[in-house]
Amino acid sequence: MSMGQTITEKIIAAHAGLDEVRPGQLVSVRVDLVLANDVTAPLAIESFRSMGAEKVFDPERVVMTPDHFTPARDIKAAEQCAAVRRFAKEQGITNYFEVGEVGIEHVLLPEKGLVVPGDLVVGADSHTCTYGALGAFSTGMGSTDIAAAMALGETWLRVPPTMRLIFNGSLPRWVGGKDLILMTIGQIGVDGALYSAMQFEGEAVEELSLDGRFTMANMAIEAGAKNGIFYADAKALAYLEGRTSREPLIYRSDDDAEYSRILEFDVSGIEPQVALPHLPSNVRPVSQVGTVELDQVVIGSCTNGREEDLRTAADLLRGRRVKPGLRCLIFPGTPELMKLCLRKGWMEVFLEAGAVVSPPTCGPCLGGHMGILAAGERALATTNRNFVGRMGHPKSEVYLAGPAVAAASAVAGRIIHPEEIDSWS
Amino acid sequence: MVMQEWGEVQGGMCGKAMLMEGRAWRYGDNVDTDVIIPARYLTVTAETELAEHCLEDLDRSFRSEVRDGDIIVAGRNFGSGSSREHAPLAIKGCGISLVIATSFARIFYRNAINVGLPILECPEAVEDTRMHDRLRVDLATGRVENLRSGRTFQAMPFPGFICELIEKGGLVPYVRERLAGRGGVA
Repeated sequence: MSMGQTITEKIIAAHAGLDEVRPGQLVSVRVDLVLANDVTAPLAIESFRSMGAEKVFDPERVVMTPDHFTPARDIKAAEQCAAVRRFAKEQGITNYFEVGEVGIEHVLLPEKGLVVPGDLVVGADSHTCTYGALGAFSTGMGSTDIAAAMALGETWLRVPPTMRLIFNGSLPRWVGGKDLILMTIGQIGVDGALYSAMQFEGEAVEELSLDGRFTMANMAIEAGAKNGIFYADAKALAYLEGRTSREPLIYRSDDDAEYSRILEFDVSGIEPQVALPHLPSNVRPVSQVGTVELDQVVIGSCTNGREEDLRTAADLLRGRRVKPGLRCLIFPGTPELMKLCLRKGWMEVFLEAGAVVSPPTCGPCLGGHMGILAAGERALATTNRNFVGRMGHPKSEVYLAGPAVAAASAVAGRIIHPEEIDSWS
Repeated sequence: MVMQEWGEVQGGMCGKAMLMEGRAWRYGDNVDTDVIIPARYLTVTAETELAEHCLEDLDRSFRSEVRDGDIIVAGRNFGSGSSREHAPLAIKGCGISLVIATSFARIFYRNAINVGLPILECPEAVEDTRMHDRLRVDLATGRVENLRSGRTFQAMPFPGFICELIEKGGLVPYVRERLAGRGGVA
């Protein structure tokens, strides 16, 4: 007797060579793509050698993106990049992206068409779950697991139970994917989806662009989830056009699929959301944040460094100035997105507003470089984590929000609802 | 290939029979990998170098006072956040013999097993433990004894496949065997 299955279960079953899988099973699965970056690849390469492996399972299915501390921030980072570069060359890895081509990994891989619906992707980066927006199963692991996947082309997984999250209603102005996922994490907590799949659906997420869906899937890990996933609809297929010649495999959850939990939200009346220090679950609607003055605003990252995010920021910053004394840092996710900023005139908008635009890098999101906070400083960022010390000094603070709140707050010098600034002009 | 059911336990606890006794460092919920080892130090990979900054943003006294064999005892979702394997390595490098938590974040759980850092899930023991209590633990049975309170607790058993990994000494020897079984490396 076959039971209904979720998208996540169907993808895992297909990669395990099985007709069906059930939550709790441990399965060995084939991987379509394996990813590592300049922070996690060096350890993975060490483990790979210790395993006695000589060749990666497929040089076209291993991706290496030096994006965290690049352009190399110091000698040690440069040594790590050099080790990754040498390994990529030795192994003939076709998807090694050098500075100049590299973008923030989870913005870059979809842009390059490296992930299609139905894929199973593992990466040595916790935000690998981003590709669920394309109807792929993707999850983060540590370096040694990734070394094993590079050597074998396989990994082991515990089939996760699926949590179904339905977003009803239409999106209010200024509300996007970031607000939906922050609201969700605020409700279920930072371990509310521990070991689970988060399946996002409903008319509000259908209304979201792919960029908004990438943001939501990206932050599934902030609720402890193994993966986030969406049905690959016509918008997802349109996104793939011109990026890949690979055939997508589109799965849909069966009507009688089993869920560990079903949550429904009506988003029609919601405000933009803000996560206060020091947990992504410490969420309030922006009107209830109070007066929070800011030293820095960061717009970018694997969460919100895409076209729609940059357009939103440009629309709010056009003809305005960043509050004197506040640093506004913008990180387009990839070189292609930087070119887009030039073509659309957004680069000029940002610079005229007094923001600074960085080459694509994870940069300050994880306290790496390019905008580290001093003790007592406070930032609002479109990034994904606001843990103690995440962006610099352990006595600094990070607030999380979407690009509209971030850009408006950069102008105001304090956290505000974007409609407030809109009413000024 | 189905390997087994998660709930299926072969032999209960696993690993070499090992009695350990150590002083507890008691922390709360959601100890994330950014506080275990801040990203600013992720340009090294050696355990001993990573250990120098372990938990420094959470507890300044930890690094200077931690001794070989000490045990970290923490609440829910230990090791949340980043996938950095540097986190269990930094903890190992401090001489910590074991982490006991109410629950572990999933990537940290895999990483700890893979690099050979012993971990146990035991919510009751966590509840009972105060900072610097002495604990006696038998890894082979999962029995945790708090020498201050005199109470004993039973940790959650590991699934069989995880036991296999632990007994082999982590994922590296496991894959080495797999590759050798393929008649040498591809």
